Amino acid sequence: MRKIFLFISVLLIAAALMAAPLKVAFIYVAPVGDGGWSTMHNEGRLHLERVFGDQVVTDFIESVPEGAEAEAVFRGYAQRGYDLIFGTSFGYMDSMVKVSQAFPDSTFMHCSGYMTTDNLGTYFGRMYEPRFLSGLIAGAMTKTNIIGYVAAYPIPEVIRGINAFAMGVQYVNPEAKVHVVWSNTWFDPAREKEAAESLLDVGADLITQHQDSPAPQQAAEDRGALSIGYNSDMSAFAPNAFLAAPVWNWGPFYEYVVRNVIEGTWTNEQYWGGIKDGVVDIFVSDLVPDGVAKLVMSMREAIVQGLLHPFDGPVYDQTGALRYAEGEKPTDAELLSMDWFVDNVVGKIQ
Amino acid sequence: MRIKIEKRLTVPKYSSILVPVLSVALALFLMGIILLVFFYGRLGNLSLAFRETFEAYKEMLTWPFANKYGIFSTLMRMVPLAFVGLGLSFAYRMKIWNIGGEGQLYMGALAATWGALYLFKDVTSPVLMIILISILGAAAGGIWALIPALMKAFAKTDEIVVTLMLNYVAIFWVDYLVYGPWKDPKGYGFPGTAPFPDQARLATLFKGEFHVGFFIAVALAIVLYYVYKRTRWGMNSKIVGDNAQAARYSGISIIKYTIIALVVSGAIAGLGGAVQMMGIQHRLQHGFSPGYGYTAIIVAWLAKLNPIAILLVAFLFGGLLVGNDQLQMFYKLPMALISVFQGLVLFSLLGGEAIAKYRLRVSREEAVTNE
Repeated sequence: MRKIFLFISVLLIAAALMAAPLKVAFIYVAPVGDGGWSTMHNEGRLHLERVFGDQVVTDFIESVPEGAEAEAVFRGYAQRGYDLIFGTSFGYMDSMVKVSQAFPDSTFMHCSGYMTTDNLGTYFGRMYEPRFLSGLIAGAMTKTNIIGYVAAYPIPEVIRGINAFAMGVQYVNPEAKVHVVWSNTWFDPAREKEAAESLLDVGADLITQHQDSPAPQQAAEDRGALSIGYNSDMSAFAPNAFLAAPVWNWGPFYEYVVRNVIEGTWTNEQYWGGIKDGVVDIFVSDLVPDGVAKLVMSMREAIVQGLLHPFDGPVYDQTGALRYAEGEKPTDAELLSMDWFVDNVVGKIQ
Repeated sequence: MRIKIEKRLTVPKYSSILVPVLSVALALFLMGIILLVFFYGRLGNLSLAFRETFEAYKEMLTWPFANKYGIFSTLMRMVPLAFVGLGLSFAYRMKIWNIGGEGQLYMGALAATWGALYLFKDVTSPVLMIILISILGAAAGGIWALIPALMKAFAKTDEIVVTLMLNYVAIFWVDYLVYGPWKDPKGYGFPGTAPFPDQARLATLFKGEFHVGFFIAVALAIVLYYVYKRTRWGMNSKIVGDNAQAARYSGISIIKYTIIALVVSGAIAGLGGAVQMMGIQHRLQHGFSPGYGYTAIIVAWLAKLNPIAILLVAFLFGGLLVGNDQLQMFYKLPMALISVFQGLVLFSLLGGEAIAKYRLRVSREEAVTNE
């Protein structure tokens, strides 16, 4: 009996190895060369090609606008029998729900969304962890105590990041304020640069961002201010300004998803990995003084060990109301639907 | 020696077919060179690059027109182009240059959203709902075009500038609403209205790949064809377009015709916006149209304002858009290269048009002797 089992499993594995390559597609919201968000997802795609070789075929399309136009793209890949389709922007949610229902044989993975179907799962990273760490650096380095934050859309993902950053700032510098400007775009270098300049005009000496382009970094560099990036090491764009960035590392996670799909163990889970899972991390440049870098690294270790949560109470909101008392922290559900600012943020959620 | 550009006295009959065909062929040829260079850069081998270029061409030309999935995609891209193109033809026949198709499309979508989510939210019958929304969308497009119409009729303003500028105003209105008061309360702060209720959605076929708005566009084209060829309006509007002076002498009210032409033109585009909302979008968002209103100008023009030809040209342009998507999706072509291709096609088509209508004359006389 045991032998038959072994024989069958060997056969199955052989069959899986000889089967046609898994066709994987990625849909990006900005150009692959945006130097940020889409570039990092594309790194993840290249990681798949390196790891799986002939077992996968990958394709991608860049600059796909969010909204109904995206539907044709998802449909297009599903119609060609792509087995696994990654949509990497929040605004693809409606399209992915619709197309996943029409094509039950394909597997869909939506980054940063909250809706699932039988063959649509979601995935994201606990970016608030490295955001908090980058806030520590910002709080330690600002001199004017005005920190500018160029933010994309007032959705929970972005708000959560701003709050975590502000919590980090507050941790080392209770005087400093985080000023938020909304750009209402993920990728529009001109607009994002302008937004950063408006923050520099009101006295900010450090700029950070939740944007896909490095334009805010360049604005800081031009004015001799400091900057904290997002998505990737952006030092090439602002060599004298760039201090650090919360970064994405999608390779291992994409590998995990592909492996599950190949082995038939994929489920429509809602994956949310943190620093300890390797999906997100903090990148610190040489411009950060050793003392600050050491603090950041020890706090990072505390987060990995589960000893520290960026939203450990007490946490007050902008109205001064106590949101989390000493010893409390938000649940995942509360984090995922966050729609208020902590008390050292200046700006409105519109 | 001097070179003059002058209008050809006679334009050969066959040129209306030959010129577009040759122009497209030229555009494809130029694209081929760019593709070849691009693929050579990627593959580093000329014969492989040739093969890849050939494959890419095949993909771009066969998928949108000769594959059952591709044709549906093409038809769906065609619908908004056809609506706006048909609308524009109504004004262009009278040589009234409505450049505001994009804005009228947006206003139609805006009004449709207002109807579906607020004004008619208690209507439960899908048929009634869809009729009401269509009327509202057409009315909004018409009213949006009424502004330049009144300005042209009574203040003799230039409609090109006014209709063009109103596009931006319409887009900003939509942005204001979707980022502000109409933002979906359940949308977690993401800009965009709530989704349309089921009774405000057009019936779809083939796994949602096709909606019945296509048939509305076809019906409309037939009606317009009849109006242009067989009715008094069709004849009179042609006269106004060809010779306003003569029209005035024969008792046609230019003011009335100007206003009606622009308003109907806008109403058709507005209806297109409503159909696009009910058929595909189901939720008003920033960037509702990727420039359908502008592409439709070229569609109407290439079709020589013939409603049936507009359907055909809109179909071809829809296919071009779908084919471009395929190149991006399966050949990893950058978005910017796709924009270059679209530019090349338009450039060749408009250039071909100009060559057919005008000619260069080189005269041997010295410039001095002409004085």
